[in-house]
Amino acid sequence: MEYLIHLAILFSIYGILSLSLNLIVGYTGLPSVTHAAFYGIGAYAAAILLVSYGMNFFLALFAAIIISALVALLIGLILSKFDDDYYALASFGFNIIIFSIFLNWQGLTRGPLGIPGISKPVLFGLDFSSNLLFLILSLIFLAIIYFTARFIVNSSFGRVLKAIREDETALQVFGYNTLYYKLAIFVIGSAMAAVAGSLFASYITFIDPSSFWLMESIFILAIIILGGLSNLKGSLLGALFLILLPEILRFIGLPNELAAQMRQVIYGIILILLMLYRPQGLVGEYKL
Amino acid sequence: MFILQTKNLIKNFDGVKAVDGLSVDIEKGKITGVIGPNGSGKTTLINLISGMTRIDGGFVVLEGNLRLAKIKPYDIASYGITRTFQDVRLFNQMTVLDNILITLTERNVFGALFERHNQYHLSKAEETLEKVNLWHKRNELAINLSYGQRKLLEIARAISMKAEIILLDEPFAGLFPEIIKIVAEIIKKLKEEKKTVILIEHDMSLIRELCDYIIVVDSGKLLAEGKPEEVLEKREVIEAYLGD
Repeated sequence: MEYLIHLAILFSIYGILSLSLNLIVGYTGLPSVTHAAFYGIGAYAAAILLVSYGMNFFLALFAAIIISALVALLIGLILSKFDDDYYALASFGFNIIIFSIFLNWQGLTRGPLGIPGISKPVLFGLDFSSNLLFLILSLIFLAIIYFTARFIVNSSFGRVLKAIREDETALQVFGYNTLYYKLAIFVIGSAMAAVAGSLFASYITFIDPSSFWLMESIFILAIIILGGLSNLKGSLLGALFLILLPEILRFIGLPNELAAQMRQVIYGIILILLMLYRPQGLVGEYKL
Repeated sequence: MFILQTKNLIKNFDGVKAVDGLSVDIEKGKITGVIGPNGSGKTTLINLISGMTRIDGGFVVLEGNLRLAKIKPYDIASYGITRTFQDVRLFNQMTVLDNILITLTERNVFGALFERHNQYHLSKAEETLEKVNLWHKRNELAINLSYGQRKLLEIARAISMKAEIILLDEPFAGLFPEIIKIVAEIIKKLKEEKKTVILIEHDMSLIRELCDYIIVVDSGKLLAEGKPEEVLEKREVIEAYLGD
């Protein structure tokens, strides 16, 4: 049971990450490969505030959102100078830079030693130390992020995001300064990733830079491509599938060590098959 | 009365002068045809006016003596200008209805975030789609339309902007006769509504039928201008099209 709860918490965290990245990549068409950086900023900001300043989790979470949003604003402004493949490469570069900061700014992040002893949330005397309560909290955050994302994509703003993805220059002719829209969604998506990061830090109680490496960005990207770009339910479906995949492999009798290695191979094979036969993903509304 | 003028407009592409000191006057409420051989600078002229291409020299003057040497594409709507493209540029993986709704809803980021399209937007969009016989396709993705329907949707999107100046870049290219008739009727209706249309077109019979005035460009320069029946008889114009 504890293990199922653990998987469900991971699903909530990756659900938040994939929903937020889908707003940036699936809806707006910005090929960002830097989501793990904002996930990491959220995790480190919350961890440092919790451990070094003894701040309440919810205040630390709020601060993490603000810090991530400010960094996203700066990075988004620079990324706005790029299009398509160049955008992807530049965002790739930012993930490497931020990872290097996590690794090398030892005075702040303790570098490869990581930050241990991160506390669990407490709200009005209610301690979320038990995994079940933490799961409920994670699911509440997942629901908040889901409904916020749904509010965004169903608004006129959401329609503009899709039009940017389809033909940004043609859209400008109709009076839209697309830079503001791209910046806004990049900041919103990155702030949401910080929520996932804060939850992750508090749940695992220890973070180090390895959780926020480039492969993590690619993993989140794989989730939304698998589930379906430009579809919120697809993000959740993709997260569920890729979180459960190791368990499926174990269920079919693969030894643990082999299952771990096979997982990467299977991600790759799934992505190749999807690009060949179903480029919109399982339930996606946008073909790459 | 002129609604738009270009003054000594210049555009170079890698040293090649695509538009070379072009000065033209566009009369308000009229249809002005822009003709010339391929590569003569017609589309570049429209791109300069609509801010899609940066102006290297000269400027555009709008009604009220508003001089523009730098034009951003997202500003032209506020100047009352809209356009279509030579290669149809729709929002392909969006519905036909959404392609029109985007011209009707809030432009401001925060305003758009808290806006849902309402009955007013919907009825305006459907009204526009009825004008181009695409109402029955409103829930289909734009990518699934035929070429003719795609052209019509692009024109519908421009009409929906309620702009004063409409730049149409080869709206008849590649269309079947029955669609050509629909597009011609739409353009005539724009004239009845006192809109100013700048029309790039190669079909001289359509130019004669629709245009009040034509401008002939060749190698980025003004070759001739005047009423269609006069200009199309000029020797230099015939030579520019057919060669010596």
